[in-house]
Amino acid sequence: MTGYITQVFAVADAEARKLRHDPWELVTRAIQPVLWLVLFGEVMAQVRGLAPGGEPYLDFLAPGILAQSVLFVAIFYGISAIWERDLGVLHRYLVSPAPRSALVSGKALSSSIRAMSQAIVIYICAAVMGVDLSFRPGNIAAAIALIALGAALFSTFSLIIACIVRTRERFMGIGQVLTMPIFFASNAIYPIDLMPHWLKAVSSFNPLTYEVDGLRAVMLTGGQSSYGLAVDFLALAAACALMVTIATRMYPRMTQ
Amino acid sequence: MAESPAPNATGSGPPAVVETVELTRRFGDFTAVDAVSLRVHAAEIFGLIGPNGAGKSTLIKMLTTLLPSSSGHAVVAGFDIARHPAEVRRRIGYVPQLLSADGELTGYENLLLSARLYLLPPAERETRITEALAMMGLSEFRGRLVRNYSGGMIRRLEIAQSTLHRPAIIFMDEPTEGLDPVGRRAVWSHIRDLRGRLGAAIIVTTHYMDEADELCDRVALIDRGRIREVGTPAALKDEIGPGATLDDVFAKLTGAAIEGGDYRDVRQSRRAAREHT
Repeated sequence: MTGYITQVFAVADAEARKLRHDPWELVTRAIQPVLWLVLFGEVMAQVRGLAPGGEPYLDFLAPGILAQSVLFVAIFYGISAIWERDLGVLHRYLVSPAPRSALVSGKALSSSIRAMSQAIVIYICAAVMGVDLSFRPGNIAAAIALIALGAALFSTFSLIIACIVRTRERFMGIGQVLTMPIFFASNAIYPIDLMPHWLKAVSSFNPLTYEVDGLRAVMLTGGQSSYGLAVDFLALAAACALMVTIATRMYPRMTQ
Repeated sequence: MAESPAPNATGSGPPAVVETVELTRRFGDFTAVDAVSLRVHAAEIFGLIGPNGAGKSTLIKMLTTLLPSSSGHAVVAGFDIARHPAEVRRRIGYVPQLLSADGELTGYENLLLSARLYLLPPAERETRITEALAMMGLSEFRGRLVRNYSGGMIRRLEIAQSTLHRPAIIFMDEPTEGLDPVGRRAVWSHIRDLRGRLGAAIIVTTHYMDEADELCDRVALIDRGRIREVGTPAALKDEIGPGATLDDVFAKLTGAAIEGGDYRDVRQSRRAAREHT
């Protein structure tokens, strides 16, 4: 077991070291969610009654934008897997004795680490904009866990897509196609109550919905979860486990 | 003539660390590796030589467990590649055809990643990494990002990575491809040195005849997925006559020159392989 953890950590640590060598990537990736909060958030805040219970729209929006930015970064993670395959880096991973699940989990963990930088930027931006954030240690810890699970889940989903489409060109096309439905069929920027019945049904199978729901409960002072925080965590953990299981089977085939 | 496989690894002669029996890989109706039977002995440098597209890399991918075989079987370092792939991986090193060290990490970090993936004891990691860097002449570049290394330096780093866990067999797929003559000779010298230090069998694929002649104890000539001949470079050349080269041997066996190859054939076989995966 210790060996397994060492191997997961080895993969994640290598990715973290790359970020330390070139932190600009984190800076550029933080721009988009800030723009969403500042431009989209400020404009939509003028629409009365959009957020349920009369809470300020920016408070409602901030957890949604955090989940969205995690999704947007993680969903293109598969590109780097294809790139690693093309460069031969993947071959080196796969001839090592590390179990395939350890390699996939290490990649997922590295995506979680990257997502933390997004979270810090969005927390700072939201605080500056007057969002009523909760900084209780328990809430921060829960937010970190939700963000980590969301990033791991969507990056592993992306890895599966990469295993299927196999080329960067095809991946770019499909990545765009996948991101929009996951984002809009969720409660990220509007409440589920506003959705038509069929879309409500779709959103209840969308892991992003549970991530946003959980983040609303832990990011905001007095935040509430619609499904219950335990359900949010369970839904995300189950989806993540499913993705890692599928990816573990598919990942080795990338070199074939 | 292909070398006859021994019925088992305990047969007479030097111990075999790699033994394949009728190993075959098909991609749809294209056969990339066709019933290959080989024995590679401990501590020998064994060359798989043939033109691009002959099936060398596909064979190496099967032996390193990256690609399942279609039929036949192989035992590597005492373990069947299909039934015990994880055991095989623990005992082999692999230098892929592409320059695969991670350019966004330093030389040291690349080695640290390998040391952890191979679960080297924490107390030994630093010593082994330092030794490996020194052995490959890279000590002073350990903190430099690999994207700033030359091609030859990257190759040496990859060889260091592949040997960190002291494998019984090291597979090197076209290790000098794309290197200048000085870089190639440096890599040859390191390969010989490795065999001396580790006592490992080293299996090298190449389409450079001078490399096979200079470096290998024995070679297998591969053409269109089949082994045409196995032997020492000297013995194979002697069969042709005085002044013969390995290229002459290959030409006599297959009716085609090895160097350069037939580009259309290569393209065709690679396309077929891609379409069926």
